[in-house]
Amino acid sequence: MAYSEKVIDHYENPRNVGSFDKSDASIGTGMVGAPACGDVMKLQIKVNEQGIIEDARFKTYGCGSAIASSSLVTEWVKGKTLADAETIRNTQIAEELSLPPVKIHCSILAEDAIKAAVADYKKRHGLDAPAVQEKKAAQG
Amino acid sequence: MKFPIYLDYSATTPVDPRVAEKMIPYLTEQFGNPASRSHAFGWRTEEAVEDARAQVGALVNCEGKDIIWTSGATESINLALKGAAEFYKTKGKHLITVKTEHKATLDTCRELERRGFEVTYLEVQPDGLLDLNQLESAFRPDTILVSVMFVNNEIGVIQDIAAIGEMCRKRGVLFHVDAAQATGKCPIDLQALKVDLMSFSAHKTYGPKGVGALYIRRKPRVRLEAQIHGGGHERGFRSGTLATHQIVGMGEAFRLAKAEMTAESERIGALRDRLFAGVQRIEEVFVNGSLERRVPHNLNVSFNFVEGESLIMAVKDIAVSSGSACTSASLEPSYVLRALGRSDELAHSSIRFTLGRFTTAEEVDYTIRHLETKVEKLRQMSPLWEMHKDGIDLNTVQWAAH
Repeated sequence: MAYSEKVIDHYENPRNVGSFDKSDASIGTGMVGAPACGDVMKLQIKVNEQGIIEDARFKTYGCGSAIASSSLVTEWVKGKTLADAETIRNTQIAEELSLPPVKIHCSILAEDAIKAAVADYKKRHGLDAPAVQEKKAAQG
Repeated sequence: MKFPIYLDYSATTPVDPRVAEKMIPYLTEQFGNPASRSHAFGWRTEEAVEDARAQVGALVNCEGKDIIWTSGATESINLALKGAAEFYKTKGKHLITVKTEHKATLDTCRELERRGFEVTYLEVQPDGLLDLNQLESAFRPDTILVSVMFVNNEIGVIQDIAAIGEMCRKRGVLFHVDAAQATGKCPIDLQALKVDLMSFSAHKTYGPKGVGALYIRRKPRVRLEAQIHGGGHERGFRSGTLATHQIVGMGEAFRLAKAEMTAESERIGALRDRLFAGVQRIEEVFVNGSLERRVPHNLNVSFNFVEGESLIMAVKDIAVSSGSACTSASLEPSYVLRALGRSDELAHSSIRFTLGRFTTAEEVDYTIRHLETKVEKLRQMSPLWEMHKDGIDLNTVQWAAH
């Protein structure tokens, strides 16, 4: 299948690959997807005292579109407040990467990953936890 | 070296230049209709068609008369299964096949089920081979046909066709074998095998696409209901003007296969072993299917914790195929690998390498280096690899399926 140039660029030069220490108080971790479905995304956000996401990291097991979607959202969430990050929609991701219809689920997964990471951060800080939390895969 | 390196010979093969050379005159000069009995144009092409028929027969040790031409293995399989089922339906309505068969067989069986037949789909063992005891207990008094592939297209394992043939013949049950992936790769002796119908393809054996053949046993005689009508060509089994150039190509391709199989299998087998040895240097690599009962040109391995489609995208210098059907809308991993009992993750992470006549040692060595680098890169990016390295058993994780 033909990928868009942006997917190939993110796939070949993924931004912000890696992991933060998830026990660090400033970190929120979201893990979504399942190996059986062919994709798992782990997205981590580093939130400063002003509640701004100042850095992000991802690791993704999945197809090129899944990797590109997660790489893209690590760029997008940086500098955003938690509330702003939660407004990122899968349609924006799919549009930016020109994902074909069969790959839309990759963008949905990326949106879920952001929500799961934000939810994790809020939970650990006793902030309000939205309903998306149940989508987050339990870890270990 | 030319890039990408072609390691997908089970998908299709290039036409051998020697084959192409034989075909060309039958497009321009020798264009006669082999069915034209009234002039030399027809006589010459009829002779070419009959020579090719004998060449195909020679590879599998049967007479040319036992072979009829089709458009490919898919058509052969359709004719064999539907034709036999329709002809023998008063005798019984039960067929037996295997879950790891090619879609040409499985989809034809589904169609027969819609027409009122009953089909048993046998499981395979973890090595991909059929458990003959299971087959034994699947026979019913109304079983009319068993269909088993000689060599599996994904994992290259060779079924015990001789033993299955004995079991079928003893019961008077017809036995069809899909041999599309077997010709030129393992010896086939139709005098020894108790096979009634066998399907062949040209383009998997360095012949052209668009032509195939079906072996139909004459002693004991096998009857089929024709599926294509219009002139009664090919003993009434398959009407339609014969594609002389394609048929000549298939004949020459099978002649070369017979002449060169022994030496070629040895050379390709050595390259495959070289590839396997290289791939094994990578951690968490698993072979899919039996290594012992396997054609020499196939290696199907799973790279754990790496998703197949992204791996294929990463190894863009080599042309291979993935067991993951992630490119289709279904997101289903390979049904063949699932049938072996492979986990979804391993099925998603598989790559089929199929080597062939024009594969070189240099290409294999490049492939190994390329794989090492790309698998490492993807694993550094994989949360599953990270968890594995942290000692987490992924089976204990509660995943959110989507």
